[in-house]
Amino acid sequence: MLHLDKAESVIALTVNGKAQSVDVAPDTPLLWVLRDTLGLTGTKFGCGIAQCGACTVHLEGDAIHSCITPVSAVSGKKITTIEGLSGDGSHPVQQAWMAESVPQCGYCQSGQIMSAAALLSKTPKPTDADIDAAMSGNICRCGTYQRIRNAIHRAAGQEA
Amino acid sequence: MSATMQVSRRDFLRTGAAAGGLVLAVQLPGCGPRAAGNGGQGTASGDAKPVFEPNAFVRVGEDGSVTVVAKHLEMGQGTYTGLATIVAEELDADWSKVRVEGAPADASKYNNIFWGPAQWTGGSTAIANSWEQLRKAGATARAMLVAAAAQQWGVDAAGLTTDAGVVTDPKGGKRADYGSLAAKAAKLPVPENVPLKDPKNFKLIGKQSARVDTKSKSMGQAVFTQDVKLPGLLTAVVAHPPRFGATVKSFDASEAKKIKGVREVVQVPMGVAVLADTFWPAKQGRDLLKIEWDESKAFTQGSAEILAQYRELAAKPGIVARKDGDAEGTLAKAARTVEATYELPFLAHACMEPMNCVVRLSKDRIEVWNGEQFQTGDQGALAQAAGLKPEQVSITMLYAGGSFGRRANPKSDYLLEALSVAQAIKGAAPVKLVWTREDDMRAGQYRPLTLHSLKGALDGSGKVIAWHQRIVGQSIIAGTAFEPMLVKDGIDVTSVEGAATTKYAIPNIQVELQSPVLPVPVQWWRSVGNTHTAFAVECFIDELAAAARKDPVAFRRALLANEPRHLGVLTLAAEKSGWGTPLPAGRARGIAVHESFNSYVAEVAEVSLEGGKPRVHRVVCAVDCGTVINPDVVRMQMESGIAYGLSAALYGEITLKEGRVEQGNFDRYRVLRINEMPRVEVHLVPSDAPPTGVGEPGTPPIAPAVANALFQLTGKRVRTLPIRV
Repeated sequence: MLHLDKAESVIALTVNGKAQSVDVAPDTPLLWVLRDTLGLTGTKFGCGIAQCGACTVHLEGDAIHSCITPVSAVSGKKITTIEGLSGDGSHPVQQAWMAESVPQCGYCQSGQIMSAAALLSKTPKPTDADIDAAMSGNICRCGTYQRIRNAIHRAAGQEA
Repeated sequence: MSATMQVSRRDFLRTGAAAGGLVLAVQLPGCGPRAAGNGGQGTASGDAKPVFEPNAFVRVGEDGSVTVVAKHLEMGQGTYTGLATIVAEELDADWSKVRVEGAPADASKYNNIFWGPAQWTGGSTAIANSWEQLRKAGATARAMLVAAAAQQWGVDAAGLTTDAGVVTDPKGGKRADYGSLAAKAAKLPVPENVPLKDPKNFKLIGKQSARVDTKSKSMGQAVFTQDVKLPGLLTAVVAHPPRFGATVKSFDASEAKKIKGVREVVQVPMGVAVLADTFWPAKQGRDLLKIEWDESKAFTQGSAEILAQYRELAAKPGIVARKDGDAEGTLAKAARTVEATYELPFLAHACMEPMNCVVRLSKDRIEVWNGEQFQTGDQGALAQAAGLKPEQVSITMLYAGGSFGRRANPKSDYLLEALSVAQAIKGAAPVKLVWTREDDMRAGQYRPLTLHSLKGALDGSGKVIAWHQRIVGQSIIAGTAFEPMLVKDGIDVTSVEGAATTKYAIPNIQVELQSPVLPVPVQWWRSVGNTHTAFAVECFIDELAAAARKDPVAFRRALLANEPRHLGVLTLAAEKSGWGTPLPAGRARGIAVHESFNSYVAEVAEVSLEGGKPRVHRVVCAVDCGTVINPDVVRMQMESGIAYGLSAALYGEITLKEGRVEQGNFDRYRVLRINEMPRVEVHLVPSDAPPTGVGEPGTPPIAPAVANALFQLTGKRVRTLPIRV
């Protein structure tokens, strides 16, 4: 097992606009740094192998799986989590999620919203095929997919 | 389970329970500020001082806030919203001021009325068992607020009206909001037999659409067990045996203990637990354990061997669960018979939140934080394991990231594991047990692998004259506390529900059950026995329709002529789907209708083959669940049940090989993704019958509807799940 001393294991990153330095093993997945070290529990653990998308956050604006991203790989980078998306639920995707009553159990929804927000930032008027491509990495066992699709179209200002 | 539901006429509303101490207010450090707001957390905090607590279900604060105490787990099914709507309706509350809080574990107040003294959520009973209870709770509170206003104004209460949290005296032109009346109301006697509203005056029931938990769940603020933090908390990750029935022989934790953050490594009955400050070192430590397992008593069979045994069992008579007329004699003499065998695999619940639990153990107390679905069972099991009394076990019910039945484990499996870890460290720290996805998927508690052997007979006119069904599958209930209630004369009623209870009018019916005992742990899975019985019954009735050269809808209609609620959903779904009208080339429709948990659902699936694989384009669903509390929640649950059932129909399969579970994560246990989700249209049958559940009944019809559509498309029957065309 790799053992680095304390000085070497402090990693600096920016989370939701705030500079943070964390003292963890460098191979610790970003997910657990966010949840356990920084207390940002909106990002969820679902599979640990980048299969379900519950851990999705933005790295410099791109949606990534935080469960397989070592924190050392994002040193000095900007991370946005669900807590930093708007702070007050005013992000168009969150507004659309509420308008379409998307969440059921809610556990996957932070990841869904982060994936949707990343999609819309790059593709403001996504087609159904765009949505399939961008969102098929996010599993929802409650089956809210139809509402997710409608909400993304709504956030894009399109009819569902 | 639905077979045993009986609404007790006893009134469980504890009108005398106005004294304090109603609610265990647990402040989760770091979570307090979020708790304000509508239904944010499921734990009590951030309330204005409650000044009026007329019963165990509702409190009114001096600021006019209304807190509804939900006795049922919110696991996605929308029950917090439904329960609150019932109270708010009779209370005439201002919906924007209603918040919901999870009830503590106290079956004297919060039992599930359909299940006697047990507090738990299951069998799609939350709304149904709470309906009268919560209407009375709300109406009683309203009557007392009105009485307080009447007293204050010196007028007759009968002349006062209420709306949106305000009492009005139309004659005197006076108004007072509930908050201003709460203190006075609290001093009044609790009236009995308060009249309930005429349903035609409902303002929220049948109309309300915004869920109380939507906002917090759109902001990452809803608190799940996974999110609980307590001072000094350690996270435990446990190494479990590779096969069911194996135990630890010896272990070497030296490498695990070198991981920074690992605090303890302890042996527990279920394996070896690594405790660390946070999850990641605990998991790394767990993965570095060197464990020698004693597999001398382990189960080493595979799914193929189990299925082979089941096929042999299916050739032998079972215990008779239903016998109308003489099915065997009729089959022996019939001119035309049809036979089919259906085989369904083990299924994992695979909730998005893997099982987890927080336990704080002290000398005379166990505190639990959990997405808690079975308070009474878990209290009893934990208390027994710790030598305490059930009332010494307190449980904070948090949101569950899905459950589909899993968190109401009759063996309290993961809770007892968490307690055993806390005991192994002598309560030195609160313990958060976290299962990885692989731990969760390989822990058993599956929907049982099940085989159905069917025989049917038709007379010369194509009428069904005999139905013989033999079911082979493990009992979910045997050996649990539910056995006295749900196993009758050797028949686990959950193994035959939906089959022995069929309403198809067939003069000779025999349903038999074989319940082999296997060490693979099994459990109820969204809609329990209906998950497999609806598949067998609805596929076989379709086979009989084809043999009789009848339209599948017309054939079912004839057999359900005396079942108006089945007919209602069947007709509505067929009509809305365009049944009988042409489809584009390469597409076909299939239908299924099924009653479960006293709700009736029909679904029409529109299917094609794409690259040789089934593609479900559209599902038209009709549901009759009696009085609709919240139409959008009903629609959501149908959409959800269909997606969940479709996952199982297309992909769901847990297989064993030499006793080892072959799947561990979503890479090999495939579930439905957004690109595979059909368009779902839900239609509600208007009804003034008492409300029945919607969490489960959407699931059973989808697999047979898809299988029947594939037959229309290919001419080949699907008799094994998951579907392989």
